[in-house]
Amino acid sequence: MPDIEGQLDTGLAPDELRARLALTWGTAGGIWGALTTVDHKIVGRRYIVTAFIFLGLGGLAAMAMRLQLSRPEANLISPDLYDQLFTMHGTTMMFLFAVPVMEAFAVYLVPLMVGTRNIAFPRLNAFSYWVYLFGGVMIWVAFALNIGADTGWFAYVPLSGPEFSPGKRVDFWAQMITFTEVSALAIAVEVIVTVFKQRAPGMSLDRIPLFVWAQLVTSFAVLLAMPAVMTGSTMLILDRLLGMHFFNPAEGGDALLWQHLFWFFGHPEVYIIFLPATGMVSEIIMVFSRRPAFGYLYLVLSIIAVGFLSFGLWVHHMFATGLPQLGSALFTASSALIAVPNGIQIFCWVATLWDGRPRFATPMLFAIGFIVTFVFGGLSGVMLASVPINTQVHDTYFVVAHFHYVLIGGSVFPLLGATYYWFPKFSGRLLSERLGQWHFALAFIGFNLTFFPMHLLGLGGMPRRVYTYPANSGWGDINLLVSGGALLFFVSFMLFGWNVIAALRREPDAPDNPWDAPGLEWAAASPPRPHNFDRIPLVASRHPLWSDRGGLLTVSGLSVDTREVLVTSLAEARPDLRETSPRSTIWPLISAIATTALFIGTIFTQWAVVWFAVPMTAVLIAWFWPKQAVDDT
Amino acid sequence: MKRIAIVMVLALGISACEREDRETRPDPAVSGMEPKVTLSSIIPGGGSPPPPSGLAGQYEGNAYHVSQGKKYYTWFNCNGCHANGGGDSGPPLMDDTWIYGGDLEEIVSTIYEGRPNGMPSFRGKLTDEQIWQIAAFVRSLGNNVPSDAASGRNDDLNPHPPEGQLESQPPIDGGTAPPSGQMPQ
Amino acid sequence: MRALRAAIIAVVPLLLAGCDRHQSVILPAGPEAVTLANLFWSFLAVLMLIWVLVLLVLAVGLMRSRPIGDDPLALQPVAEQRYGRIVSALALATGVIVVGLSLVSYDAQARLFSPGDAGLTLKIVGHQWWWEIQYEDADPSRTFTTANELHLPVGVPITLKLTSSDVIHSFWVPSLMGKMDAITGRENQVQFTIEEPGTYRGQCAEFCGAQHAHMAIVVRAETPEDFSDWRTAQTAPAASPDTDGEKAGLEVFLSNPCVSCHAIRGTPAGGRTGPDLTHLASRSMLGAGTLPLTRGALAAWITDPQGTKPGVHMPLVMLRPADLHPLLDYLESLE
Repeated sequence: MPDIEGQLDTGLAPDELRARLALTWGTAGGIWGALTTVDHKIVGRRYIVTAFIFLGLGGLAAMAMRLQLSRPEANLISPDLYDQLFTMHGTTMMFLFAVPVMEAFAVYLVPLMVGTRNIAFPRLNAFSYWVYLFGGVMIWVAFALNIGADTGWFAYVPLSGPEFSPGKRVDFWAQMITFTEVSALAIAVEVIVTVFKQRAPGMSLDRIPLFVWAQLVTSFAVLLAMPAVMTGSTMLILDRLLGMHFFNPAEGGDALLWQHLFWFFGHPEVYIIFLPATGMVSEIIMVFSRRPAFGYLYLVLSIIAVGFLSFGLWVHHMFATGLPQLGSALFTASSALIAVPNGIQIFCWVATLWDGRPRFATPMLFAIGFIVTFVFGGLSGVMLASVPINTQVHDTYFVVAHFHYVLIGGSVFPLLGATYYWFPKFSGRLLSERLGQWHFALAFIGFNLTFFPMHLLGLGGMPRRVYTYPANSGWGDINLLVSGGALLFFVSFMLFGWNVIAALRREPDAPDNPWDAPGLEWAAASPPRPHNFDRIPLVASRHPLWSDRGGLLTVSGLSVDTREVLVTSLAEARPDLRETSPRSTIWPLISAIATTALFIGTIFTQWAVVWFAVPMTAVLIAWFWPKQAVDDT
Repeated sequence: MKRIAIVMVLALGISACEREDRETRPDPAVSGMEPKVTLSSIIPGGGSPPPPSGLAGQYEGNAYHVSQGKKYYTWFNCNGCHANGGGDSGPPLMDDTWIYGGDLEEIVSTIYEGRPNGMPSFRGKLTDEQIWQIAAFVRSLGNNVPSDAASGRNDDLNPHPPEGQLESQPPIDGGTAPPSGQMPQ
Repeated sequence: MRALRAAIIAVVPLLLAGCDRHQSVILPAGPEAVTLANLFWSFLAVLMLIWVLVLLVLAVGLMRSRPIGDDPLALQPVAEQRYGRIVSALALATGVIVVGLSLVSYDAQARLFSPGDAGLTLKIVGHQWWWEIQYEDADPSRTFTTANELHLPVGVPITLKLTSSDVIHSFWVPSLMGKMDAITGRENQVQFTIEEPGTYRGQCAEFCGAQHAHMAIVVRAETPEDFSDWRTAQTAPAASPDTDGEKAGLEVFLSNPCVSCHAIRGTPAGGRTGPDLTHLASRSMLGAGTLPLTRGALAAWITDPQGTKPGVHMPLVMLRPADLHPLLDYLESLE
């Protein structure tokens, strides 16, 4: 019978406590340690790096498209390859970059920000990373082998159905959806449980950092939205592989069913990407204005309202499909109404900036760039909410411009700002401020040069997803300008990459709290030790590091020799019980491999479900086999 | 170890490229085909069958070619006599018996030359590639092409399950020619 | 609003230069398109005003001087309350503005999409990658099918019934009306009127496969008299070949696979897979706007369809070299 009490941390001297906790929570070195780790910081870093690599690949696909479109009737890229490129671009950016990178920030930061030692269900976390990695690698290997999906990231049937997309291209796409959705759902569950049950004592609901609120609402949106698209992609595979008729109108199916399923996921998806970004902006603006974010309650309620409303907008992607007019009009109103909570957030940020003492460091520059571009994109979104205007600009470059303003301006700018802001916490090093300001300037100019003229192209009648356009269309010069802007934008990202690499080559020298920020994550070391906090902090205010400058109060009583986290009550975060947290193990990786084999197998034969159910079952039994050790469950 | 992995990926790559390649404009588009195909595999006196041309895998294993063949099958009115593969005034194509041989080369040769009692010759009407594609589709009706190259269902009323789901019918020689010469078209 | 409109048009001379009404949302040619454009300009004016105001406040807020202090938590309750009131008022204003814009939008929507007098009714079937156009009439002898070039009378309400034979397409002629999808197994309707005679270009707006980029439609708006003449000419069967070359060309057409997919009324050719060629030479473009209809382009199209429009469903046809020119002679005679 193991000693379930273990040594408690109550009587230990600080140095010994730190050493023993690091031993308990540390990840073994070498390749075995790397494959078995369940540390949320290591998994989170991997997630972030992988997502940025996919960003680079998606960016390269975009540059190839801009090369082809820079002149009319260019023949640099065949239509077949162009279709694969724009599909890979959209798919990669939405499924392999934007959603995962936001979740990756949650995996890394949420446990630190709520003051716990690891994310809830850390093995599931490791599993979700492997599944995501394998799914992303699969679709890009398929692309390299000329099996790249070519029906757009939305894959409308019947075009993506068996008759019009022979071969396995669309099947790889549809299974990639399954991969990324499984990993996203896993993280959503972990984040929700971490936020609800593992907050540091005293961090009642009204003291949760805004970034954590945003991630919490996002996670609920993921739980509710992702199953729709998984259902859709599974139906698509059944249609394609087994000859079912979900989307075949001649046998009682319906082509529009796909669009409803896809956009019921697809529109919340935009907010799944955008909400974490608003959390990042709230944190950055608060720290660099040197005052609490104005209107905490307004901001939290806005985030929740956006989360709810985002499920009532999907039909505005389908205004041209001939739905009943009154129904469409209701979606006009709901689409426009989401401007209210988003507007409240903007007003609160502007009020914070107005009242605060702004310091224009790189993260702040990106936050201001975010407000400028996101408000622009949001307002053009109000135009798109109008059914009549939508029927004119839908599926033109106007829409391309709009959603890049919302997604790049609204999400990637905050993400870049957040990367500059939290980089010391990720790596122990600060990024170069000088390069950062160049990066921001180039990115902001390049972005606007790329995407502002696209509004004009759209009004000039240029549809999306065309691999070329006639010479007499008059679109050539603007397209050349857009391609030039895209090049500048691309260069700005290379500068960012250089900044990161140069920083990583230096010795870690960042102080624990370089920005004088108030959040708990800045109470941990930079980078944090394996156990995050030597003692779990006690939270007495919404901005603990600002209000308790003499040092945080802490709680003690957790074991130092077994992995334990403190579980607290949902609303007020009163300490409830000590809960064990699992150790490193290889089973998540092996489960992910078995899952991958099953998913890839079903691209080729329905029998893969049967064959690979056997290894799946075996692996899961091994994963959950009781091992008699308290922290190995 | 690494080398093996690279070789495996490359091998996969080469086969995959062929599977999914969509060559819409073969070069040369039109070529003489006499040297490639033996006109009939019915060898008097039971000789050895002709050597394979090497094109079979290229067409049968390529989903795009099979799906093009499926389109041409309708557009060029093959279904006028063979229906959806079950046969009408022409013999069925979904069963295992083949009067003039059921290998891809033999089907190509049948389409190219025509056969007595009704099957017209498409020599000079269709390009070589179109004939190979149609023949590859015809092979898929007996589920004799790789399953990942066979076409799925159509967005239409479907007379039979998708080709990849049909019962496999490895070709054997047999069957009888239609009783009378009914000219199609 | 007019000034803004002028300013924007001045910013985009590139858009207008050399494209003589290529296809543009902001160059409307009928009452429906004018309604749409005006709605767009009204939204633009309101929303740009909001954007500029937000940026002004942001700029002032960032640059204003403020008292020195170091404690980030030293907030002034009075100021906080004032900000709270301002933010609440602005949120309310946002709500009022978006509800107002939604009502304006709904008003336009109700006018644009309420079914009115059917007028001239056409059925348009989207195909990968061309448009089949069926002119309907109670009198069967007045119905006919053509492709890719839509002749319409000005001043008459037009009803288009849209459907698709394969994948989803979207019919869009920006100078006339917003887009409407053509969906397999469904029939959508769109109504509009044209005011000015002229040529209006449009193209498929829903991604439909490899040649989505080359799926244009040309609308020729004519006076009712011209339209009536054109329609009478179109209902007639194809011109019979006169010269020896044309007669030989018809023979070539009928003895080659052309006949499997194309129809020429008045001849045995009755294929429905490809565009109807009965009055091919009366059209101005080839391959749904891919090439101008000239003898050279026609020759290129027939001898190498995959070279001009890679992936197009028109297969390569094995023509003997000597057959090409008679075939061209014949096709060019199909006025």
